[in-house]
Amino acid sequence: MATQSAVTPGQRSTERAAISEKTLRTDRWWLLPLITFIGFSAFIVYSTWAAFANHPSQYYSDPYLSPFYSPCFVKGCPSDINWGSLDIHWRWLSPAIYILIFPLGFRATCYYYRKAYYRSFWLSPPACAVAEPHKSYTGETRFPLLVQNLHRYFWYFAVLLGGILTYDAVLAFMYKDAAGGRHFFLGVGTLLYVINAVLILGYTFGCHSCRHITAGRINNFSKHPVRYKWWSFVSWLNKHHIRWAWLSLVWIALVDLYVRLVATGHIHDYHHVFGAVSTAVGH
Amino acid sequence: MGHTQKMRVWRGDAAGGGFVDYDVPVEEGEVVLDAIHRLQATQANDLAVRWNCKAGKCGSCSAEINGKPRLMCMSRLSSYDPDETITVTPMRTFPVIRDLVTDVTFNYEKAREVPSFAPPSDNQGGKFRMNQLDVERSQEFRKCIECFLCQNTCHVVRDHEENKPNFAGPRFLIRYAELDMHPLDTVDRKNTAQEDAGLGYCNITKCCSEVCPENIHITDNGIIPLKERVVDVKYDPVVFIAKKIGLRKDSGRTPVGPAGGGPSPIKHPEKFADS
Repeated sequence: MATQSAVTPGQRSTERAAISEKTLRTDRWWLLPLITFIGFSAFIVYSTWAAFANHPSQYYSDPYLSPFYSPCFVKGCPSDINWGSLDIHWRWLSPAIYILIFPLGFRATCYYYRKAYYRSFWLSPPACAVAEPHKSYTGETRFPLLVQNLHRYFWYFAVLLGGILTYDAVLAFMYKDAAGGRHFFLGVGTLLYVINAVLILGYTFGCHSCRHITAGRINNFSKHPVRYKWWSFVSWLNKHHIRWAWLSLVWIALVDLYVRLVATGHIHDYHHVFGAVSTAVGH
Repeated sequence: MGHTQKMRVWRGDAAGGGFVDYDVPVEEGEVVLDAIHRLQATQANDLAVRWNCKAGKCGSCSAEINGKPRLMCMSRLSSYDPDETITVTPMRTFPVIRDLVTDVTFNYEKAREVPSFAPPSDNQGGKFRMNQLDVERSQEFRKCIECFLCQNTCHVVRDHEENKPNFAGPRFLIRYAELDMHPLDTVDRKNTAQEDAGLGYCNITKCCSEVCPENIHITDNGIIPLKERVVDVKYDPVVFIAKKIGLRKDSGRTPVGPAGGGPSPIKHPEKFADS
């Protein structure tokens, strides 16, 4: 029998079984954290580039406005879809920055994303029963990770943005001609926007904080039947929260890419313009 | 159709030890615990292994098989390649007593710190009535067989021995959640769950849920709802103001600190010899 030292890396207890290997797992435990790392990194790189490739001719093509730039409310946004003309001192900043900060905060504090990035970026732990490399660990007991407890506030903003992206999906059915008249419009992009709204809402309303707010915090479901039904629906969405999280993340980037390719003339948006719904004032 | 199974079993005690290789004849339909029993009966009579029901309900035969925390009685040999060497070790988070047997006293000490269920003083003649709807969330956690695989796999204590005094572990965090969700309980454990049981140490990496042989949704249905409840009382200024101006009712429950705790009354195995 080969006798080993009683001190094991990362475990520091002489009373435990003396096993020197950080893990004895024989499966490909590293694959999922690796895929997660690559997926999130790709999104971060793409969204950062998209936020700074910010000329209106790149992110807007009637009736499509990139979801990264919606709602567009600062000076420099295309006049067709401008929600305001807020004059912000740091004009060199992209209009997308003011928007992306909220979904970024919502996803960064999301209970699923926390699991994913703690595992794949921070290796804490990289996988179950695989020793982490850190010498000490305090988890979410102190600043800055104590901020994770504010997830519900980001959720309130996420609901607002979910509503705006749903409104954008409705606007994707409306085409404005050169004279300003509105037409019912159906294009490939319209379909992408509808799916985007569904995925964003599915992710937002399947959130663990939403589950708590609807009825999770009460102890007598039987006295609150409506809230219980709502909680049950949120719980159903929540079962697939990981799926909603990934699909909505990938899809919103794809929609942005699609708008850019259409706006810059690299691809053609197959569509049909129906009869006029309204004519412009003065025409 | 039987075959010879290559096995690598950790043998030793707290003073030291290592892996020993064995070739064990096994039969079709057997589980890892069967192979360990045959090994014990034919080649290693002094092999220490804890087991009881062989049906995944007593939680005794917890170990790590090919590095994964599992019940030996619920791990079919057919799920491994017949040519593969199966490695069996004791749970790596707890002190080893001998071979595959560990000292899980840590868990009983943590159990003693959970403030117990406190029903209302008017006990309705001992006949409480509760709607099924109100108790089914808590009932999920009652499926726990206390195999302590979740405690073993949780990196907070697995990789950091120094956290053991400050962290109750997933099994007992869902006990806090279970009681906090109970419609008849009169005690508020949210503060003690955060401050004394170390709820904040959990970073929701969900390994506890992955290894649970009862498929309890430990994080999604227990720890995360408990974290959200703690946010209500500790970190949410809007809830604080809403309570102050009467927009949100107080729960009416009495906050408590940790229960007695202290050393477990359960005797350590090595002390049995002295008594």
